Amino acid sequence: MSSENTDQIKRTEKISFTFDDQTVEAYDGETIAAALLRRGVIHLRNAPNSNTARGMFCGMGVCQECVVEVDGYKVEACRTKTSNGLIVKKVSYV
Amino acid sequence: MYDVIVIGAGPAGANAALTAEHYGLNVLLIDEGSDAGGQVWRVKSKSILSAPVTETSLKGDKLRQRVKSSEVDILFETRVWQIEQNEEHVWQLGLQGVCERSSVSGKALIIATGAQERVIPLNGWTLPGVYGLAGATALFKEHMILPGKNTVVAGSGPLVFFVASEIIRLGGTLSAVVTLNSRFEWLKAAAEMISKPGLLWQGVKWVFKLHIKGIPLHWQSALSSINGNEYVQDVDIIKTTKYGYLKRKLNVLVEADSVCLGHGLIPAIEATRLAGADHHYDETLGGWVPTIDQCGRTTVKYLYACGDNAGILGVQAAPYRGELSAIAAVEDLTGSTSETINHHNKALKSLGEEAAFGIAATALTIPKNGLIENIGKNVEVCRCEGITREEIEIELIKGSVSPNSIKSGTRCGMGPCGGRFCSESLAMITESITNQSREEIGLPTARPPLRPVSMDEISDELDYDELPIPGVSPL
Repeated sequence: MSSENTDQIKRTEKISFTFDDQTVEAYDGETIAAALLRRGVIHLRNAPNSNTARGMFCGMGVCQECVVEVDGYKVEACRTKTSNGLIVKKVSYV
Repeated sequence: MYDVIVIGAGPAGANAALTAEHYGLNVLLIDEGSDAGGQVWRVKSKSILSAPVTETSLKGDKLRQRVKSSEVDILFETRVWQIEQNEEHVWQLGLQGVCERSSVSGKALIIATGAQERVIPLNGWTLPGVYGLAGATALFKEHMILPGKNTVVAGSGPLVFFVASEIIRLGGTLSAVVTLNSRFEWLKAAAEMISKPGLLWQGVKWVFKLHIKGIPLHWQSALSSINGNEYVQDVDIIKTTKYGYLKRKLNVLVEADSVCLGHGLIPAIEATRLAGADHHYDETLGGWVPTIDQCGRTTVKYLYACGDNAGILGVQAAPYRGELSAIAAVEDLTGSTSETINHHNKALKSLGEEAAFGIAATALTIPKNGLIENIGKNVEVCRCEGITREEIEIELIKGSVSPNSIKSGTRCGMGPCGGRFCSESLAMITESITNQSREEIGLPTARPPLRPVSMDEISDELDYDELPIPGVSPL
């Protein structure tokens, strides 16, 4: 979100990647989940059975709630780093 | 082949690796993170070039420097998915990640996989914007980012106050802080924590900061529901009895866009279970723990456990537990010397001094019965497979009593997280309905993979032409 004490924190240059059809700015090297959270994008997928909205939960690669699709693989958004031009998609269970 | 392989580079595992290296052994340290530090001294994201230093970041940086300048071989961003011991007692691990090797072997194996979070389900806990308390600390430490614009922090134990204090430090807004513990429980814990006045004072400062900022602090209270459709909109906060049962009439509705929720840490025992060690249940140590001697020797030869996965004693105790298990491995592999014996005695004394604090903190998170009752019929206990409390209860009434039979009857725990988030809740529901003890209920069978693994990552060495195919049997 927007209210961190940014004047005391120096971050890398901005890059951009896509999440479905949205272009998302990120600091180079931060994780997909952190970059999306910074933009307020937290609904990352729908659960396969109940179809309920899900997003990052454990933040450390255990719960698998934040999985997104990169290059055809399901990856944990909380552990996968962004890079310029990265194409990230919502997972689909159909 | 390595003399010692250490899984987990937190304060326990990294110190174990450094100690084993100090005694001249050939050591490999593996961690899924990008550097040493574990969850508690988590390394900052590479996207942060500089930031104000904190005590935690300083300690983490010091450990990372020690590991970097040592002779210990390192595999970061690498996950262990399989652990096997062959007939000669040699450990063989299946790896996945950035490393080129897909397996590695070693004479002794030290497991330091740390803790995972216990989050007791409640209505709305699957909504985006709800984070585990430990997950929230990862947001602060690694990314220096807030969970939302206005946050409710709820649960039990010290982590509630740490997370609340970090949100204030990073300039966030707290709608409420809700602790299941009463002031009396905290006073009782404080009396046992007095051996560490510095840490105790830290806790007092956290609470004081909330008062100064005028943030509503609800003692002995719980969330009864997190409300919203696609996102968190508000939460219901309710006073509880000292056993955690909700006092239905004392209800406050608070607006929030995010919730940090957690009910203590439990030992991450998947690795020691897969390695075949005996485990037992001890609620004062956070639940199921490997059965170990005072140095961390498990019931399996050349297998050691140290750090919070061997019982939640916290970060202060972890380095000494790491040293002790490394000394045990050194002595078992090469024999004891006066140096190892002196080192052992010194580390054991320090561990004794630090353990009391950890035990008192863990006591604040022993699950209260009322919280189990608060898990509503339609609440998804197994987040992955969407299995509700009602489905679990029906399976229990049908006669399933073991985690394995409930798992095969409902699919609870068969999703991608491997049951890591529901097995604790499932056992607590089973305990409350069948009146069996946790020891009697037991654990589901330990199976690989320890973490999700893609088929081509584990089968890339397979060449169909080299498969030994027996000739056609004569009819």
